[in-house]
Amino acid sequence: MIEIKGLTKKYGSFYALNDLNLTLEEGTVFGFVGANGAGKSTTFSILATLLQPTSGDAFVNGKSVKTDAHEVRKQIGYMPDFFGVYDQLKANEYLDFYGASYGISEKEREVLIPQLLELVNLSHKRYDYVDLLSRGMKQRLCLARSLIHDPKVLILDEPASGLDPRARVEMRDILRQLKGMGKTILISSHILPELAEMCDEIGVIDGGRLIAHGSVADIQAQLAGEKQITVRLKGLLENAVNFFEEDPFVSKVEIAAEKNAITFAYRGTEEDQIDLLRKALDQSLKIISFSETETDLEDVFMEITKGVK
Amino acid sequence: MKQLLANPVLVKEIKLRFRSLKSFTGILFYLIAMCIFVFGFIMLTTSFTGTGYFRPEESFFMFAMLTYIQLGLILFITPGLTAGAISSEREKQTLNILLTTAQTSFQIIFGKLTSSIAFLLLLVVAGLPIYSLVFLFGGVSPGQLGIIFLFFFLTMLAIGGIGIMYSTIIRKTIVAMIATYGTMIFFTAVTGFIYLVITGMNSMAAGTLASSPIAHFFASINPVVLMLTLISPGSDSFITESTKVDIPIWIGYAIFYICITILSIIIAVKKLRVNMKRTR
Ligand SMILES: Nc1ncnc2c1ncn2[C@@H]1O[C@H](COP(=O)(O)OP(=O)(O)OP(=O)(O)O)[C@@H](O)[C@H]1O
Ligand SMILES: [Mg+2]
Repeated sequence: MIEIKGLTKKYGSFYALNDLNLTLEEGTVFGFVGANGAGKSTTFSILATLLQPTSGDAFVNGKSVKTDAHEVRKQIGYMPDFFGVYDQLKANEYLDFYGASYGISEKEREVLIPQLLELVNLSHKRYDYVDLLSRGMKQRLCLARSLIHDPKVLILDEPASGLDPRARVEMRDILRQLKGMGKTILISSHILPELAEMCDEIGVIDGGRLIAHGSVADIQAQLAGEKQITVRLKGLLENAVNFFEEDPFVSKVEIAAEKNAITFAYRGTEEDQIDLLRKALDQSLKIISFSETETDLEDVFMEITKGVK
Repeated sequence: MKQLLANPVLVKEIKLRFRSLKSFTGILFYLIAMCIFVFGFIMLTTSFTGTGYFRPEESFFMFAMLTYIQLGLILFITPGLTAGAISSEREKQTLNILLTTAQTSFQIIFGKLTSSIAFLLLLVVAGLPIYSLVFLFGGVSPGQLGIIFLFFFLTMLAIGGIGIMYSTIIRKTIVAMIATYGTMIFFTAVTGFIYLVITGMNSMAAGTLASSPIAHFFASINPVVLMLTLISPGSDSFITESTKVDIPIWIGYAIFYICITILSIIIAVKKLRVNMKRTR
């Protein structure tokens, strides 16, 4: 459904995108993560035919964004990271205008608009002026707008930014519904856990390059074999640090003095881990607890993007 | 035709324009000013002659004044209406969404231009009843007025086209506005000045006047000169004499501004989507 081939965008000598390759099947929900300035919005702008790539090409449903932009526009619904609304236009008129822009007949629009407003929970704001809506409401309205021509592909640039927790959950529900309709969805975000919950695939971009791509499990597996372990102790922490640092599977030992605990990364198997604990007890370290912390996706993200420059 | 007028941008712009109070107060004040001028003029002339009689020559003078007021209105309002058409959408960050819709670049530009022209036409047409007073007193034929309105329309199109073109290729509305007003002032004032300089030098340089098509060209594209020749036919004889080119002013004017209109629209349509970099 989406095919990105060797996509490169240069500003002067600066590479905003550097030889990006990505293929997505129909119906995939793809999460695009990366730090500020990584190139997420640039990629999406090119897919939305707003920006010409310096080289390479992208295809939506087989149509090139370079040579067949008009066809691509009919297939995609795009929600930019920053967008404005017209003042003096009411919510239903706002949708009506964009509906007309896609050549949808007036009759169809009359049926469609209440449904879309219902979908994004804005039915009660139907006759309100759009510039007076709250940020989150505008965002939802913009999502409704991007759906008006029933596009196969949705390109959403940080749709959840600026939403309160409740609205985020609602947004996620809406996206789930859309996924159920078989739409291919591309979402960008800085926050990996948020994406992980609703995406089938995750891509991590850094410095204009796609540095990881796969299912959520795949991405987590990139760090597999390394667990975070926390040990709480009574008494001297220094002795414990010396002891653990000697173990070949242990790295990155840190003291969390205020909690009377030390943390480290562990690469050994479970057998090794049992051994380690037995030895520690033999050393008469006064261990209160010995526990694995879930590696959260935040760490995965930090880990993957670290050192790539 | 129906296809063209079912343009979403056009429909939306007209809806927005007539929703704002500004448009109505604008038209209202314009009409009030016109009325004050006309009735003041009639009162003054009738009280001066003391006869209570309004003569055709005076009616003709009033007609000329009204025409120049309308021309001035068109020249000054058109840039303001059009120079922000695209750039203000860019500034309000609504342009990127508009550009991802299925509308062609031509549809967008056409919708923007026609919505501005429609408002200008309304302004000019709203002034028609005041013109009718002139007919009441005689001295001017309706056909003449028709031709003048035709050229009003062409002038609006051309300046509107220029405004939209600048609005497309220039990022900031303010700059586009200045460029459009600058171009308008070039056409209305600088061209006249150039004409005077060239013919002046010609007559000084040689006793016998050489023909000067360039001077004639600059006189032809000047809206003020054009209106003069339309208001009182034959008044362009001084231009024919000074440049030795015997082509009616309106022909040069029509050709030039039709070309300008088409060219501006083509440039605007071509540049609308190419220029899409994100504003920072
Ligand atoms: N018009 C431009 N001229 C020069 N550089 C640009 C331009 N637009 C974007 N860039 C650069 O391209 C890089 C990628 O920007 P992009 O907006 O794609 O990042 P992003 O991943 O969306 O970041 P964020 O998370 O902050 O939204 C940035 O370093 C940015 O400075
Ligand atoms: Mg971005």
